[in-house]
Amino acid sequence: MVATLLQQPGAPHEGAAHHGVDLVGRGARESARLTRKWFSSLTEAARAGKGAAYVFVMGNMNEVLRAFDLPIVYPEITALQLAVRGTAEEYLRESEDYGYSPDICGYLKADVAMHLRGGEHPMGLIPKPSLVVTTNACNTYFKWAEIWQRLHGAPIVTIDVPNMRAARAESLRGDKEFTFEHAYVVGQIKELIAACERATGKKFDIDKFREHLRHANTMSHFWKKLLLLNTGSPAVFSALTDGLAYLGMANCYRATEEGAKYFEELYEEMAYRSEHGIGAFMRKDGKDVPVEQRFRLGFIGVPCYPIFRGFNEFFSDWGGIFVASSYLKFASGGTALGFEFDLANPIESFAEGTLLTVRSTQTGLLFDIPEIESRTSSFNLDGIVYHGVKSCRTASSGLADRRIHTSESLGLPTLMLESDIVDPRAVSKAQMKNRADAFFEGLIGRRQKLAASH
Amino acid sequence: MNYAGGVDVGSTQTKAVIIDENCRIVARFLTDTGANVIEAAKKVYGGALAAGNIAEDSVGYVVGTGYGRYKVTFGDKQVTEISCHGRGAAHMFPGTRTVIDMGGQDSKAIRVSEDGEIVDFCMNDKCAAGTGRFLGAAAKALGMTLDDLGPTSLRSSKPVKISTTCTVFAESEVLSWLGKGKSVEDILWGVHKSIATRSFGLLRRVGLLDEITFAGGVANNPGMIKALEEAIDKKLNVSNESHYMGALGAALFAMDALKAGEVAVRVEA
Repeated sequence: MVATLLQQPGAPHEGAAHHGVDLVGRGARESARLTRKWFSSLTEAARAGKGAAYVFVMGNMNEVLRAFDLPIVYPEITALQLAVRGTAEEYLRESEDYGYSPDICGYLKADVAMHLRGGEHPMGLIPKPSLVVTTNACNTYFKWAEIWQRLHGAPIVTIDVPNMRAARAESLRGDKEFTFEHAYVVGQIKELIAACERATGKKFDIDKFREHLRHANTMSHFWKKLLLLNTGSPAVFSALTDGLAYLGMANCYRATEEGAKYFEELYEEMAYRSEHGIGAFMRKDGKDVPVEQRFRLGFIGVPCYPIFRGFNEFFSDWGGIFVASSYLKFASGGTALGFEFDLANPIESFAEGTLLTVRSTQTGLLFDIPEIESRTSSFNLDGIVYHGVKSCRTASSGLADRRIHTSESLGLPTLMLESDIVDPRAVSKAQMKNRADAFFEGLIGRRQKLAASH
Repeated sequence: MNYAGGVDVGSTQTKAVIIDENCRIVARFLTDTGANVIEAAKKVYGGALAAGNIAEDSVGYVVGTGYGRYKVTFGDKQVTEISCHGRGAAHMFPGTRTVIDMGGQDSKAIRVSEDGEIVDFCMNDKCAAGTGRFLGAAAKALGMTLDDLGPTSLRSSKPVKISTTCTVFAESEVLSWLGKGKSVEDILWGVHKSIATRSFGLLRRVGLLDEITFAGGVANNPGMIKALEEAIDKKLNVSNESHYMGALGAALFAMDALKAGEVAVRVEA
């Protein structure tokens, strides 16, 4: 990527200090390296017969689990990687042959087939669970966890996060209800710690836990700042394609020194690029080329992993770039909220952060109007794309209401696409592209009309 | 005289329209799309030229539309059928604010602005239940032609309720009603009502703003017009040219390009 940049005549960074040139592309290279490293570490654990902690993105409890040096598996991430690598269908068919319905979550089914294959995954070998941590952020989580319990006998710890599940009805810090809810979560965190002690035979080290909280604080701090950089133009990263790599780091390396370093450095790179007008890049014909940024788009929903790059090309071919995405918030495991743990009261503070971040992902999907769809949004969007997926009712059910809100209240052009997160059989490329093409024809017409009226 | 052409390559049929500088249709042609999409596009374009006795070099610009638009190899530009149906409908019926296009394999509801620009749209493009294909399945089960379906359905006195949402299963449901002694007329009216109900859902999603124009091949079916009008409780704009609405829209976009001086880059005639 650096070489490509240097070839851009007149690029603002040309002739910049060596330091700046080295910065550009570092985040992309590092995320690729760290992703490989993460899967390698899982493969090593599996080969050594070591059990892992299985966690979900929302309410992932990494800070506690890492204090016990447990390898961590994110089944949602291993499942989506099956889709990105084009292998999901065979896994899905295997679980359907076993008896799972075509209508349930594709993540779950792809994962079940992976377990039936003894952890075989295109990125390596996935260790079996020795402990399962789930939350009530998603109904499927419970049943999914029970499957692992049946398959492997792994104990389950459920973190039940209290939530009113209604807009602006949540308790606030200082409320009596909040005090009760907080105490309820503190109790569960202590139960989780006890479960980890039983599973690993290690004593809980609060200083080690505090250190992981500190790393999580660093990650959250830079992640939140990073997202705001795209309010500027050109956007310095694609919230869809680059964003996925960042999410991988936010989750897989949550609360680690490497994760903290990654986000600190990523922010440094992106801030430099923002300052020097170096926009996002995309892979084309084996090269990294600048993304044409004629239309600034927002993305609401879950990505279409079976055709991940192809989906983005529906938009980039017209000069569209996703500058913001709701997914970068609710799939960041709470990182995007920017919650800062109080290191002086680690367990209490961790419980509070868990309460707030898990709760935000629950209500955020349906009720909260995020920055992207807000009247005061500073992302300067030309339109918003909604992507509903067959696999996930939680992430898809509210999209119709949100789209209507955006169209009617903000007057922003919107596009609704439907497919799946994992299952390529639910992805109709021609139809999706057709809708995207019509969306851009509308955007172009709208822009021409505006230009003519001035 | 400068002409512009539009070629709409649909999943079932391919249509071509040629318009003059006053945006009047001067020639049209239609054929089944079949397996050779490129040939179908060439055939309708050539057919329209012949029908209008128009020399090919007097057509300054051609726009391809429909699912096969990229196979209109002699075209100068491609525009989606969503934009083209909206544009064609607004041209043919200037009061149009909503378009329901019912084609062979998909249906779409389109909301357009006063000047025919697309405001919103939604499509039934994952399931053929609300499309012409549903009628095709019923025709096959009953051994009838598509043209006979509408008039026959209008003779119904006691329609049956078609409950399946699957076009494939519709065939067996039709046979099942026949087995129960129901008349062909009543079964067919049930089929039309079933499709109208699904189309009504699409229209509600974009907003049922007057006037509503019915486009696409199924707009030739009087049973479908009546079923839709009953479902939405409004009169529809329907024309003999409704089948050509997409091709007309494409031709109008082509005329825009011609008048704007866009250079036609004809790959192959």
